[in-house]
Amino acid sequence: MIFDLAFIWAGVIAFAVLTYVILDGFDLGIGILFPFLRKKEDKDLAMNTVAPVWDGNETWLVLGGGGLYAVFPLAYGVVLTALYVPIIAMLIGLIFRGVAFEFRWRTEKGQYLWDWSFFGGSIMAAFAQGVALGALVQGIEISDRLYAGGNFDWLTPFSLLTGVAVVVGYALMGSTWLILKTTGAVRELAYWFSWRLSFGVWVSLGLVTAITPFLNPEYFTRWFTWPTILFSVIMPVLLLFASYLFYTGLKNRNDVTPFLATLALFTLGFIGIGISFYPYIVPPTLTIWQAAAPDSSLAFIGWGALFLIPTILIYTSYSYWVFRGKVEPGEGYH
Amino acid sequence: MFGFDAIELARMQFAFTVSAHITFPAFSIGLASFLAVLNGLHFYTKKEIYLQVFNYWKTIFAVTFGMGVVSGIVMSYQFGTNWPIFADKTGPILGPLLGYEVMSAFFLEAGFLGIMLFGRDRVGPKLHLFATSMVALGTLMSATWILSVNSWMQTPAGYSINEVGQFVPENWFEIVFNPSFPYRLVHMVLAAFLTTALAIGAVGAWHLLKDSTNKPARLMFSMTMWMLITVAPLQIIAGDEHGINTLEYQPAKIAAMEGHYETEEGGTPLIIFGFPNDETERVDYAVKIPYLGSLILTRSLTGSFPGLTEFPKEDRPPALIVFWTFRIMVAIGFGMLGLGLWGVFKRWRGSMYESRWLQKASILMGPMGFVAVLAGWVTTEVGRQPWTVYGLLRTVDSAGPLEASAVGTSLLVFIVVYFTLFGAGTVYILRLMGQNPDEGTDIHDLGPTRAAGITPGLAKNLSNEEPKK
Repeated sequence: MIFDLAFIWAGVIAFAVLTYVILDGFDLGIGILFPFLRKKEDKDLAMNTVAPVWDGNETWLVLGGGGLYAVFPLAYGVVLTALYVPIIAMLIGLIFRGVAFEFRWRTEKGQYLWDWSFFGGSIMAAFAQGVALGALVQGIEISDRLYAGGNFDWLTPFSLLTGVAVVVGYALMGSTWLILKTTGAVRELAYWFSWRLSFGVWVSLGLVTAITPFLNPEYFTRWFTWPTILFSVIMPVLLLFASYLFYTGLKNRNDVTPFLATLALFTLGFIGIGISFYPYIVPPTLTIWQAAAPDSSLAFIGWGALFLIPTILIYTSYSYWVFRGKVEPGEGYH
Repeated sequence: MFGFDAIELARMQFAFTVSAHITFPAFSIGLASFLAVLNGLHFYTKKEIYLQVFNYWKTIFAVTFGMGVVSGIVMSYQFGTNWPIFADKTGPILGPLLGYEVMSAFFLEAGFLGIMLFGRDRVGPKLHLFATSMVALGTLMSATWILSVNSWMQTPAGYSINEVGQFVPENWFEIVFNPSFPYRLVHMVLAAFLTTALAIGAVGAWHLLKDSTNKPARLMFSMTMWMLITVAPLQIIAGDEHGINTLEYQPAKIAAMEGHYETEEGGTPLIIFGFPNDETERVDYAVKIPYLGSLILTRSLTGSFPGLTEFPKEDRPPALIVFWTFRIMVAIGFGMLGLGLWGVFKRWRGSMYESRWLQKASILMGPMGFVAVLAGWVTTEVGRQPWTVYGLLRTVDSAGPLEASAVGTSLLVFIVVYFTLFGAGTVYILRLMGQNPDEGTDIHDLGPTRAAGITPGLAKNLSNEEPKK
C-alpha cells in the first residue's frame, strides 16, 4: 500500500517545506542583497516589499518543523540532533534578520547595525539551510532510534557546496522579486544581479546534480536504471525550459516571468531531491513508513490539514493580493 | 562544560529560551485583543480617540510580535535538537496538537498581521477590523493549543504506549481536554490580559503624570482600571481552582509549593514565609498561619493533604524554588486586585486621573504582570520535575545523545543573542511607550515606520486618520 496516510503526509510536509523555500527564499534573498543596495531609500524600499508578508512566510518553516514532529517524530528527533550546529545557526540567523524588520525603523543612529543584522542573519540562515540539506542528502547514521554520529559529521565539501548553492539561489529569488515589485534604480540593480546570479545558480545546481548520484548507490540506481532513468531525461528538459523562460523574461524586461521561472527552477530542484530520496525520509536507512507516527495521529491532524491548509492558502493569497503591485519610492502609483 | 553535564545544560537552555519567549506572547495575546476592542469601538462609535490609541499600540504590538515569532521558531526546533527521545516518544500525541496550533493559529496571526499593520488604507475600516480580529483570534487559538500540549505533559490522558515505547493516541478528546487543561488555559489567558492591562495602565499613568488631561492616556488608564477590578478577582478564583486541580493530579507539586514535608492530621497550617530545606525536610524560619493550608486546599479546617515525605525522594520536585516563585506570583496577583480597588475608589471620588500616588503605583506595577507570568510558569514547570510527561517519562530520560560542548556553546550563543537583540527590542518598546500618545501620531516624529514605506506619498495623511473615500 503506497498511497496511505504516511505517504500523503510525506507529500504534505514536502509541500510545506517547498512553500517555505519559495516564500522565505525571496525574502531571505533580499537580506542577502541588502548591502549592495547602497542608498538608504533603496534599502527601505527593498525591505518594504516583504515587510507585510515575512511573518507568514516564516510560519511555513514552523509548519515544516511542527509537522515533522507530528507525523514523523523519529525523523524529527534524529535529523535535528544530527544537524545540531546548522539548525542552531539557522535559528540564530533568523532571529537576527527577523528583529531587523522592526528594529531598523526604530533608530536612526543605530540603523546601520540592523542593516548588517538583516544581511548577516539572512545569509547565515540561508547558508545553514543549504548545509542542512546537503548533510541530509549525504545521509545520517542512526542506531537504536537515535542519531549515532558526531557533532560535525554534517561538515563536508558537499554540504558546503549546497550551502553556497542555496545562498546564491535565494539571492536570485530576491533579485527577481525586486524586479517584480520595484521600479527605477533598485529594479535596474536587480536586473544586473539576476543575470549574474543565474550563472551562479547554474554552476552550483550542475555541481550538486553531478555529485549527488555518487553519494549513495540507491540514488545512482534511481537516476540511471530503467524505468526511473526517464526522470534523467524529463528533468533536464524541464530545467532547460524554465531557464529559457527566465532568460527571455530578463531580456524582454518582463516583470513577472523571471521570478516565476526562478520559482520553477527551485521547484524542479526540490522534486529532483524527492526523486533521489524516495522512499527514505532520512537516507540511507529510515523510510517514510518507519518514521511515521501511528495512523490515528496522522488521521487526526490530516482532517484538520485538509480543511486548514487550503484556507491558509486562500487568505495568504488574499494578503499578497492586498499588497500587490509595485512598491514605489517617493511618488504614488503608476 | 562549566561543570554541568549535557542534560543540565539542555535544561538550562530550554528554561532560558522558553522564559524569554513566553514574555512576548503573554504581551501579544493581551495586546491583540486590546487592539481588536479599540478597532471595534472606533468602528461602531467613530470616535477618533480609539483609532489614535490603536495606532499608538499597533507599533508596539508589531515589535513584540516580531520578537515572539523569531523566539518561537527556536522553540519548535528545540524539541528535536536537544530532546530527540522526548520528541520520538511524544510526537504521535503532542505533534498533531502543535500542528493544529501552527495551522489554526500561527498562520491566522501572520496572515492577517500585514493587513492589520499596513493595510487599513488598502482594505478599508471593515476588513481592517476583520483582520485585527483574526490576529486576536489567532493569538487565543495559539494559547489554547499550546496549553493543551503543556497540560497533557502535566496530566497525561487518552494515550497508550506502543511496542517501541511511544505514547500513542487512544482518545483525542481526552488528550486535548486532559484534566488540567481547562484550568491552565483560563489561568494563562487571564494572566496575559492582566499583564497587558498593567503595561497599558503604566503607560497611561506615565503620561498622566506629565499631563492629567491627556485624553489617550486617560483612556488607557481607565480601561486598565476596569480590567483590573473585573479580571483580577476572577484570576484569583481561577488560580485557586487550578491549585485544587493540581492537588488532585500532582500532589507532590502542591506539597513543594507549600513547603509541606510531613503530612499532618487535624489541620495543616499555611506557611507564608520560610526557606524549605530538602535536605533536612523542614522549613527554616517558617512563619505559619494555623489551619489556613487545610482551608485553602481542602476547603475544611482539619482536612489533610500529602506532604513531600510521602513521595520517594527521586520523585520530588525541589521545594525552595517553587515555594518562592509561587508566593511571588500570588503576591503580585493580590497587588493587582489592590490596585484595581484603589482605582475604583478614586474613580468614585472623581479623582482617578489626578491621583499622583495611584499613577505612581500603576507605573510600579507596569512590569509586574511579566514577573508573575514567569514566576507562575517556573512554579508549574519546576514543580512537575523530575518528569517531562508526568509520572511516565523522566526528564533525564528525555534528552538525546548530546555532547555538553554543543549544548553549552549554543546556550551561550542564545544568552548573548537574546540579551542583545531582545534587550534592544525592549529599549525600542520603552522608547515608543515614552512617546506622548496625544501628539497626533505623525509618523515622522516617531522616525519612519514600515507603514510609511508602503505608501510613502500618502503616509503623512493616513497615519492618523481615515482614508478619504
